[in-house]
Amino acid sequence: MKTLNLEAKIGAILLVLLVLMALFAPLIAPGDPLAISGEAMLRPFASEAHWLGTDRLGRDVLAGLVHGTRTTLLVAFFSAAAALIVGSIVGTLSGFLGGLADIVLMRITEAFQTVPGFLLALATISVTGPSVPTLILAISLGNWTQAARVTRAEVLSLRERDFVAAARTLGMRPLEIAFREILPNAFGPTASLAAISVATAILIEAALSFLGFGDPNRVTWGSMIAEGRTVLRAAPYLSIVPGIALVVTVLSIHLIGRGLSHTERLQP
Amino acid sequence: MPPLASFFLKRLLTALPVLFIVLVGSFLLLEAASGDAVDAYIARSGTLDAQQIAQLRMEWGLDQGPLYRFEAYVTALAQGDLGWSTAFERPVTSVIAERLPVTLLLMSIATGLAFFLGSLLGIAAGARPGSVRDRLLSTGSLALYAVPGFWLGLVLIVVFAVDLRWLPIGGMESIASGKAGLARMADIAVHLVLPVCALAMVYLALYLRLMRDRMAEIWRDPFVKGLEARGLTRRRIVWRHVARNAVLPVITMLGWQSAAMLGGSVVVESVFSIPGFGRLAAEAVARRDTPLLLGVLLCSAITVIIANLLVDLAYGKLDPRVRIGR
Repeated sequence: MKTLNLEAKIGAILLVLLVLMALFAPLIAPGDPLAISGEAMLRPFASEAHWLGTDRLGRDVLAGLVHGTRTTLLVAFFSAAAALIVGSIVGTLSGFLGGLADIVLMRITEAFQTVPGFLLALATISVTGPSVPTLILAISLGNWTQAARVTRAEVLSLRERDFVAAARTLGMRPLEIAFREILPNAFGPTASLAAISVATAILIEAALSFLGFGDPNRVTWGSMIAEGRTVLRAAPYLSIVPGIALVVTVLSIHLIGRGLSHTERLQP
Repeated sequence: MPPLASFFLKRLLTALPVLFIVLVGSFLLLEAASGDAVDAYIARSGTLDAQQIAQLRMEWGLDQGPLYRFEAYVTALAQGDLGWSTAFERPVTSVIAERLPVTLLLMSIATGLAFFLGSLLGIAAGARPGSVRDRLLSTGSLALYAVPGFWLGLVLIVVFAVDLRWLPIGGMESIASGKAGLARMADIAVHLVLPVCALAMVYLALYLRLMRDRMAEIWRDPFVKGLEARGLTRRRIVWRHVARNAVLPVITMLGWQSAAMLGGSVVVESVFSIPGFGRLAAEAVARRDTPLLLGVLLCSAITVIIANLLVDLAYGKLDPRVRIGR
C-alpha cells in the first residue's frame, strides 16, 4: 500500500471533519435546528450566540449547517452504496451469463442511462413522497448504470481465466462461480467509481431539496439555499454559506477519489 | 451499403428496444402514481356521481387489465398524444412543444461553450502534463467540478445582476419590451448569459479533465517518441497528433452528457425563471401532474437518444476506423 498523495490527504482530512460534524451535530448545535432561536436576519459574526447569523425566520445558520451534514452524508453514502451493489450484481450477471440475458440487461442499463438521473429521481419522489429512504432509492435509480458497465467489462475479461475453469472442474454451480469467484475480483475497478457516485448523489440530493422535494422534516443544505434565495438581495450569505459547505464536501470526495486512482495507477 | 450508413443503422436499431424499455418504465410509474385520468378529470371538471365515473372509466378502458392499458398508452403515444396535462389544462404535447425549444437553445449553447473552452484548456493543461500550468488548471477544474450549477447560478445573480447590475436577474427576455428582430435576439442573448454560464461550468471542468487525462496517456504512447525522433516541432505534435487523438473520447461523452445537462437545466431554469422544458418537470411534480411529468421524462429520453445518434454520426465522420467499417 502506497502512501496517499497530498490531494488525497487534504480530501481525507476534510471528509473526516465532516463525518465528525455529522456524528456530533447534537453536541455542537444542541436542540432542533429548525426551531427559531433568536432575532431574524442577523448578519454573520455579529452575535456571539449566532456565529453565522440567523435566517429569515430567526433560525441559527450554523445549527442548520451542522445538522445538514447529517442528511447530506447519510443520503449520499447509502445511495452510492446501493448503486454500486446493484450495478455490480447486474454487471456480473450480464457479463457471466452472456447471450440473451446479457442483451436484455444491457438494454435495460442503457434505458436507465437515457433518462436523465435527476428527472428519474424527481419522478420517483413524486410517486413515493419525500423521505430519507425514498430519496436514497430515487437517487440510486439513476446512479447504478456506470457500475454495471464497468463490472461487466471486468467480468468479461475474467471469465476465461484459469481460476474460473478450476472452479468449474471443482463442481461449483455457475451462480456460485459468478458471485463468489468472479465478482470479488471484478470489484476493484467498480469501487473506484465510489467517489463519483457519492459526489453525484450529494449534488442530486441538494438540487432536489433546493426545489423543495427533499425530506421536509430535516434541514438540508439545498433547502437552506432555497430559503436564503427568497431574501437574496438583502442577505446573499444565507444562500452562499450552505453552498460553500456543499462545494467543500463534494471537493473532498473528488480529492480522495483522484488520489486513490493515482495510487492505484502507480502500483506495479 | 457504405460502412458509415450501416454503422448508423445499427445504432438506430439498438435505440428502439431502449426506447421501449423507457416506455414500460414510464407506464409503470404512471400506474404507481395515485389517481388515474378519471380522477384528474374529476379534479378539473367538478364532481361526477359514481355511475358517471364508472361509465367514464369504461369508455377510457381504465377498467381493463394492465396489458390493455399499456397497449392504449403506446397507441396514443404513437399518434403523438402524451395525455392531458391537469396543471395546464392543455394536451401535454402542446405544452412540451412550447417549452422544448428554449431548453434546446440553452443546452446547445452551453454544450458548445463547455466543449470548446473545456477542450482548449484541456489541451493547454495536457500539452505538458505535470507542469505548473497543468497543476493549476487540473486543480481549478476539480474545484469547479464540485460546484452545483444552481448555486453557481445564485452566486452569478448576486454578483452580476444585483451588485454590478450588468445583466438581468432572470427570465427569457424583457417583458412587453416591444422589441423585434435583431433587437429581440440581442435581448434574449443578454438574458441567457448567466444561465448558460451556470449550466456550462461543470461540463467545462469535466471536458478539461477528460481531455487532459487522455492527453497525458497518449504522451506515453511510443508513436509520440517516433514523432519526436522525426524532428516534428512540439507544437505540431501537441495539436496535430496528441490533441487530435484525445478529442475522440471527449466527443463520445457529449451524447451522454446531454442527459446530465437536461437534469441540470431543471434547477438552472428554476433559478433564472426561464420558461423551459426543464422547469416543466419541477412544475409537474409540484402540481402533481403525472402525465406531464412522464411526457417530460419520455421526451428527454428521446432527446438523449437523438443526441447520441448525432454524436455517433460525427464520430463516424471523424474517426477513419469507423468510416472504412472496422
